[in-house]
Amino acid sequence: MIQKMKRYQFLFEELVKRDFKKKYKRTVLGMAWSVLSPLLMLLVLRLVFTQFFGRGMDHYTTYLFCGNLVFSYFNESTSQGMTSLTGNASIFTKVNIPKYLFLFSKNIQTLINFGLTLCVFFVFCVLDQITFTWKFILLVYPILCLVLFNIGVGLILSAMFVFFRDIQYLWGVFTQLLMYMSAIFYTTDGYSPLFQKLFYLNPVYAMISYVRKIVLYGTIPTLQHHVLILFYALLVLAIGGWVYKKYNTKFLYYV
Amino acid sequence: MSILEVNGVSIRYMTGDFKDIGIKEYITRRLRGKYQVKEFWADKNVTFTLEKGDMLGIIGTNGAGKSTLLKAISGIMEPTEGYVKREGTIAALLELASGFDGDLTVQENTYLRGAMLGYTRKFMNEMYDQIIAFADLKDFEERPFKQLSSGMKSRLAFSIACLVQPDILILDEVLSVGDGAFRKKSEKKMKEIIGSGATTILVSHSIVQVREMCTKILWLHKGHQVEFGDDVQGICDRYQEMLDGKRQISVPER
Repeated sequence: MIQKMKRYQFLFEELVKRDFKKKYKRTVLGMAWSVLSPLLMLLVLRLVFTQFFGRGMDHYTTYLFCGNLVFSYFNESTSQGMTSLTGNASIFTKVNIPKYLFLFSKNIQTLINFGLTLCVFFVFCVLDQITFTWKFILLVYPILCLVLFNIGVGLILSAMFVFFRDIQYLWGVFTQLLMYMSAIFYTTDGYSPLFQKLFYLNPVYAMISYVRKIVLYGTIPTLQHHVLILFYALLVLAIGGWVYKKYNTKFLYYV
Repeated sequence: MSILEVNGVSIRYMTGDFKDIGIKEYITRRLRGKYQVKEFWADKNVTFTLEKGDMLGIIGTNGAGKSTLLKAISGIMEPTEGYVKREGTIAALLELASGFDGDLTVQENTYLRGAMLGYTRKFMNEMYDQIIAFADLKDFEERPFKQLSSGMKSRLAFSIACLVQPDILILDEVLSVGDGAFRKKSEKKMKEIIGSGATTILVSHSIVQVREMCTKILWLHKGHQVEFGDDVQGICDRYQEMLDGKRQISVPER
């Protein structure tokens, strides 16, 4: 495995570089967009939900940002990862290289974007007078789970996309639905305890709520919560890995 | 000890309804029982072995299954039946000009391609100037790749690819790139590589080239193996007769 990684390291670096260059080609602001676009999104959400719907709660901006931070990373990573196989068909039909490299490369790119947004997030926390505690270090854990989760979903989606192009549209609708079910701009307090538990069936919500517990409430999430998000991440990763292993030599026929 | 052993390799392509139809069509056709998948054997029962230093020429008309066989040999495809056993490293130069990214510059594409072929970064840094000089693209390094002419593209592709030092080298129609001057240069380069002891597999439509360079010949016709052996001139003669319409090839029904 390590030998394999070494062997493909150069190729991987070049793929990452390529994805970066292609993404910011012909944009004046270039990488600044990574920071700007979540900020603008946040501004819109904040405007809508404080001015029009009049939600009065402490640290609402941070509350929103927590949800938005996690969700947009998930959304970007999976919907861009979806095309990683078909977009590179001209390469893997000619050269024998591990096909998951394309997805990993896309994920590196979105992860760096996420990192930049995270920095902005911390600046906002300061502005919103959030108290920083040592518990913030624990944020590494949900982020790690989220990375694995996104890779897993990306593997599954990119494989499905090879067989059925409809996935693209279905996924667009699905993520929209998921967004509304992830309690990004509302709280789940108004629901019955049972209903609140049901929210945790949504992996994205589970990750968001982990981040919120640390940042907003300064509490360490329960052990179950830790296990749950790791379980989601490993589950989709395992399914994705299995799909790639199974169809590794079959993708070729469909592109 | 043979360096490459291809034993009873058959490759089945699926054609028909499963491609490009989407979920709705898939389901409706499945329900109506109209979902059809046709099998198509691109290669059927191909067997041969190569020793170190052999130069194999694969000949056959279009659709004979040459490129598919090469994909199986290089490991891009798995044979449906049979097996391929390789000793040592393998480099396949298939359809060179494709697989580049039109939006990247020549320099970026050069590195990306080098990485795909399994070179190291150090090696690419050392060789980069040489590659550009060989491809004669000194003034185009920072240009987007899509602005190059198709001749330039294949020249660059060849220049990167010819640096390989594999045990087994697969060449699919790569000797016929560029204009006359470049072709001479590339043939010379290719002969150098072959001369260094690599086992080479060459697919070419140029019978003259095959007669001149190869030590063994594999003749495929519609996926079936017509002949394999080291009687290069004899097999080429018979192939030429078929091309001229003087000889009929009968293949088993599939």
